[in-house]
Order: sequence, then structure tokens, then C-alpha cells
Amino acid sequence: MPLLQLSGIKKRFGATVALNGVSLAVEPGEVHALIGENGAGKSTLMNILSGGFPADSGEMHFSESPYAPAGPSDARSRGIAHIHQELSLCPHLSVAENILLGMEPSRYGVIDRAAMSTRARQLLNEFGCDHIVPEQIVASLSVPDQQVVEICRALASNARIILMDEPTSSLTQHSVQRLFRVIRQLRDQGVAIIYISHFLEEVREIADRYTVLRDGASVDTGSISPVSDSNLVAAMVGREVESIFTHHASPTHSGTDTPILEVRNLSFPPRLASASFDLYRGEVLGIGGLVGSGRTEMVRALFGLARASGTVKLSGREIRVSNVSSSEQIQNNFGYLSEDRKGEGLCLQMSIADNLTISRMSDFSRAGWIDAAKQKNASAKIIATLGIKTKSADTPALRLSGGNQQKVALGRLLHQNPDILLLDEPTRGVDIRSKSDIYKEIRALAAEGKAILMVSSYLPELLGICDRIAVMSRGRLSPARAVVSWTPQSIMEAAIGDAAPQQNAG
Amino acid sequence: MATPSPNPLVVEVPKQHRFRRWIEVAGPFLGLIAVIAFFAIISGSPDRFLSVANIRIVLAQTVIVALGAIGMTVIIVSAGIDLSVGAAVALTSVIAALALRNGMSPVVALVLAILVGGIVGLLNGLAVTRLRVVPFIATLGMLGVARGLAKYFANQQTVNAPATWINELAVSFPTRPWMLVAPGVWIAIVLAVFMTLVLGKSVFGRRVFAVGSNEAAARACGIHVERMKLMIYTVGGLFFGLAGVMQMSRLRQGDPTVAVGVELDVIAAVVIGGGSLNGGEGSILGAMIGALIMAFLRNGCLQMGWANYVQEIIIGVIIVLAVAADRYRAKAAQA
Repeated sequence: MPLLQLSGIKKRFGATVALNGVSLAVEPGEVHALIGENGAGKSTLMNILSGGFPADSGEMHFSESPYAPAGPSDARSRGIAHIHQELSLCPHLSVAENILLGMEPSRYGVIDRAAMSTRARQLLNEFGCDHIVPEQIVASLSVPDQQVVEICRALASNARIILMDEPTSSLTQHSVQRLFRVIRQLRDQGVAIIYISHFLEEVREIADRYTVLRDGASVDTGSISPVSDSNLVAAMVGREVESIFTHHASPTHSGTDTPILEVRNLSFPPRLASASFDLYRGEVLGIGGLVGSGRTEMVRALFGLARASGTVKLSGREIRVSNVSSSEQIQNNFGYLSEDRKGEGLCLQMSIADNLTISRMSDFSRAGWIDAAKQKNASAKIIATLGIKTKSADTPALRLSGGNQQKVALGRLLHQNPDILLLDEPTRGVDIRSKSDIYKEIRALAAEGKAILMVSSYLPELLGICDRIAVMSRGRLSPARAVVSWTPQSIMEAAIGDAAPQQNAG
Repeated sequence: MATPSPNPLVVEVPKQHRFRRWIEVAGPFLGLIAVIAFFAIISGSPDRFLSVANIRIVLAQTVIVALGAIGMTVIIVSAGIDLSVGAAVALTSVIAALALRNGMSPVVALVLAILVGGIVGLLNGLAVTRLRVVPFIATLGMLGVARGLAKYFANQQTVNAPATWINELAVSFPTRPWMLVAPGVWIAIVLAVFMTLVLGKSVFGRRVFAVGSNEAAARACGIHVERMKLMIYTVGGLFFGLAGVMQMSRLRQGDPTVAVGVELDVIAAVVIGGGSLNGGEGSILGAMIGALIMAFLRNGCLQMGWANYVQEIIIGVIIVLAVAADRYRAKAAQA
């Protein structure tokens, strides 16, 4: 019997099905790769294993007994350690304090510093990291060294399974190799590692077996060496494209058109290395790629929310992206829809009407005083256009469902009426009906002559409503090509295909 | 085409929502009535506690905190805080008294004091936006600076000012009986109504809420967040300057050591009235009721002959309970 065996794991969040039947078997002393698109359910599964939240149904067995962790510390004490994608260290504490956090050696409640340092030293030495001093403050370490500390913390609890969620996302190529050495060492000691990564070369280099998750279900598993990359990609993306896409892309601009926006070598290190593209009126330009590949940084830089470098021309006139502000970009007729609806998209306590109209109140105000009736009329129009489900425009935005909140965020752009719309994941976390409404509106805006840049991780959406697509991979944007020349496989390959990670400041 | 199934995520409960809004407004008001009723009953002589004379006294005593709370509401709604209120009140009371002593007209003294308050606020705003110091610390620093400046300008003494109509502003019993209550009370009421309209009906007011509710979103909407904060702290400072004039009016002199800790009363008034230190919530009406609750409490304790420490304990408990009730309401609203 395997060390860890899962079958039929299901999990819902409200109306969203995150996991819909996952099976997974992990043997001791193997590196098991868990692969799948963004949103396939990998992180949810990891959280269930490490005690973040329970599964709704399904069976879990760990070393031949039923496994249902009561919480993260329970999971840890039973031998399952989780190394998060984002490091979860306390930067102000020392290396030793971080490694032994929650299990500090103590005598009568007083920490035994000598024992602590000895234990930390021993764990660090196991990885040939003699250069890290246990008394050092974690904030002073490089990112790869911090990762070593994080791994040592997992080992300090004698973990038998270590979950690694995209551990290389912030590492340089050199550090990746060091991490792999560590992983092999652990594997040889009989520790099992569940390794999440989007990068197939990495997976091939380090993993013995793999499981593919797609739409919350495990769809493929086996030994990795005999399988080809294209088979793996097919397993990751092999869903049928829903029939909610009514658009059939057509060439919308001829060679003689001048672009409304010309972007050359836009760069915002470390995430965004270089992006160049032209954007034309009347088109939807899709930006594919993985979460964290630099797409969001690109959009934020264009909107004046990040101090980037590069050349950006608006109708031939240069905009200095290094010090333009978001309010100037609004003057320049840019509109921005954030991927982070709650964090940056909406003022949730404020009414729908206020949220819809906050970026342009000049229409219905005189000398700074708002004409409430006119504001309500303007809001009502947008509520009707987008089919926002609410009894009143005065309802606070927080009382709406996620899909309707997203419509409000998009509706704000409709009211603002910019020429260039920068949409970052416009349908994230939105139910299918709202998605369809949003797609229709995006196409309608393009038909009106707006220029639309749409970042999306959802392949059917990119292929369904864009005219052209460019793909971001590790901070570099590919040339844009007509949508007909892309397939789900080729987008995925462009997103994860870049063999060597770019050296970055990590 | 789209799936025709109704969206299961729509949670629209307008009736409950309206009730909640009503409770939100009425909550502090019911608290005020409870406080008044409590003292009216246990004092054994409701006639005296609720007499016109006593109410006039309470209202006149509330003016300083009420004016401060108007400014503070704007700041707190924007997710800021200002700890320099008491020091600003002392400084501007000294400025007004000095102006009068140097023969300036009362109008000039009034305007000067208000402007100095505005400058104190502007400096707070600059520290928050340019130096990127969190408001708590920036205004804590200003608390010391303004208090020190007040003592410097006053030469560490109280500043006696010649009698002018400024002295009439905050008296308990107005010289003109038709005014019913002190002119300062009327000024506070007019300004409270005006600022309620500004917060609710002006572009500026909506932006104050937007900045406080979600600063990142406000920025993404093209709002000049830094410029807004400068304006917000300046507006707050103008009100603290006016409160300083009222302080001078009550004492009939400028006192650099007066109004220590007034910022805590002012913040308490805003918070009792439903303001959230996380920003995005708060109302002038609520803050005014909060100020009255504390004034009636003080007055009631005084009339009962209770020691000062009793009212301090009671007010402390009330602040915590008011906010706890508010959190409970917010949680119920989320459910």
C-alpha cells in the first residue's frame, strides 16, 4: 500500500466546485509531480493535505491509517509538511527560530538557545548550507537561502511527505539546481515529495511519477519518463470549449491602420522582462501565460500603477511610463480592470451606483455637487446593459455575488468610457452566465472601436473572444499572432515551454 | 448560448438591508436616549436633568468635541486618524487670544485661528503622503509639535484677551434669549448639516469614502489619493482650528495647556457614532450623537455627585461596548 492514498476527494466553496474527484497515490521515496492549469485545483488539494481545510468527501489514507488532519499543526505533527508558494517565514526572527518555530526546545518555558542552534546547524549542514548561520536574521538571507530555511523547517518535524507548491517560482537557475539536489537527498532518505510546477522540463528533471489535475479532477497518472510533453499538455488542457463563445475572429485591421497603442520593451523587473506589441482600435488582444509570468505587471505598468521602463506611444505620442500616474492615464483614456476584485477593484462598502461612477462624476455633478437622480440614471443604464442582478443601485457592492461584483467592476469602465481597456482576468471567479454576459460586452466594446487588451489564464476564453493572442512566459511576451494560428496546446506550450528560467534578481 | 439557469449566487435581501440601515442610524440615537433616560430617572428629579438650563449647559459643553468630531469623521472615513486634535485646539486658542490682544478684530482672530488649524492639518497630510509616515505616528508627532508651539507663542502662560463677541460664542446661556442656545451650538449644527451633505452628495465626499473603503481601488479609478489625503487632513485641521476658537471663547483666554486628550474624546465620539477605524464607514450625525452621549454622561455623573473616576470608567466601557455592538452588526450584515 502506498504511503499516501487519496480517492474521490471533493471540495466546494459556495457554488464553486474546486475539487471534483481526485485520486492520488504517493510512494515513499518518490518525487510525485502534480501538474495542471491555473485553477485546476492543485493548491486546494495541497491545503486539504496540510490541514488548511477539510475535504467535503472522499477517502484519505496516510501510512495505512485513515487521515483527516484537524489543522495545520496536526498535519505537521503527523508528518506532512507544506512549503507554500509564497515563503511563510517570520523575517524578523533568526534562522534557528524560524526552523524550530512552534517546537522550540525549552526548559521550564525558557528557550534553550544552545539546543536550538545545534539542531538548526545540524539540519542546515545536511544540505551543505554551512554558510547559513543559525543566529542570522532571516530577512538578511537571499531568497534561495530563505527557501532552504523553509525546507529545514519541514524537516525539523521529521516530515515524511513534503508538499512543494511551485518552489522554483522565485529562484534563479543556479538555486533551482541546488534545490533539486536537496530534493534528491530527501528522496534517497525515503521522504516522499509532492511537487507542483508548471514547467515540464523541471518536472521531467526531478519527478519520478506524475498526476494531472484538470477542472478539479485527476485525469491522468503514471511514470513520467515514457510520456511525451504533448501528451501531458493534452491531458492538462483537454476540455471541450464551451459553446458560450459567439465570436468568430476576423481580421479587424489592415496593414495600413495605425495602432492606437505601441509598446516597446516595457520592463518592470523582476517579473516583467520585456513586452512589445501594438494594439489597434476594434480588436481584442489576448495575453496568455501563467499566473506570475509578468502579465499583471505589464497591465499595471501600462496604467501607471508601476514605475516601469520602456517606450509606450498613444496614437503616436509618447507616454513616459516611468512616471505617469493612474489619474493621468485616465485622462489619456485608459481604463483598468484589476484581477483582484476585492483588493483593487471595488469599494465594497459603497453603493453600486458609487462604484460604477466613481472614476468619472463630471457628467452629473456641478461645482462638485452630485445630482443623485442623474447619477442613478447613469447607473441604471449600465445595470441594465450588463444585467447586474440587484433591486437597487443604492445596494452596497458587498451584497452582490462574485459574478455581479465583477460586472460592476467592468461597468465602471463602461461609464468611464475609455478608448483603451486593460482587462486583467475579467471573468475570474465568475459563474458561467455572468461570463457569457461579460464576453458579449467585451465584443460589443470592440465593435464600437475600443481597443481592448485582455489578460486571461482561461484558454477557451482567449481562443473564443480574442482577435489576436500573445503569450507571456517568464516575463517575456511572445509576438502577437492571429487567433486562428493558436491552439490550446500551442498556447500552453508557449507559456511553459521556455526551457531555461531567466536569470533574475532572486 | 448562455445557460438559462437562474444565478444561484444572487443574495439580495432588501427588506433586511433596509432594517439594518435603520438600526445603523438609530443605534447610537437609542443609546443617547438610554443615557438621558437613565440619568433622568436615577437622579430622582427628571425636571432638573431635562431642564432647559441643563440642556443648554450640556450643548455648550459639547461644542468643542462636536466640531472636532466633524473634522475627525472625514479623516476616519478615509481610513486615517489624527491624534493632534487637543494640541491643535490649544495652539489655535492661543493664536486667537494673541490676535485679539494685539488689537486685531475678532473676525481676523477667528479666521487666523482657523487657518492655523488648517496649516497644522496640511502638515499632517504632508507627513502622511510625502514622508510616508503612517497617520498614527505623523499626528502623534504633530501632537508634540503643536503643543510646544502653543506654549512658545503663549510664552508658557495663559493669554488674556480683551472681551469681544468671540467670548459669547460658546457660553452656556446666550445673551440674546431668542438664540435659545449658544451661537457656537448653532454653528456646529449648521456645519454638521453642511458636512453631512458634503460627505453624502459631493464628489469630494464620495472620494473620501472610496479612499477609506479601498485605497488601491480608488487609485485604480484615477483618484489622486495623495491629493485627497492632503485635503482631508487640511479640512480636519480647519475644524480643529474652529474648535480652538470655541475653547478660547469658553475660557475667555488662550491657554496652551488646555484640551489635553481631547483627541480621544473626539475619536470616541466618531467611533460611538458608527465610524470604523478601518475606513469607509462613519457619519457626521452618528459622531454628533456620540459627542452628546459623552456630554450627557459627564453631566449626569456630575449631577449625581459621582467622582470623576466613575465617569471615566463608564465612558471607557461605553466606547468598547459601542464598537463591539458595531462589529456584531457588521458580522450580521455579512451573514
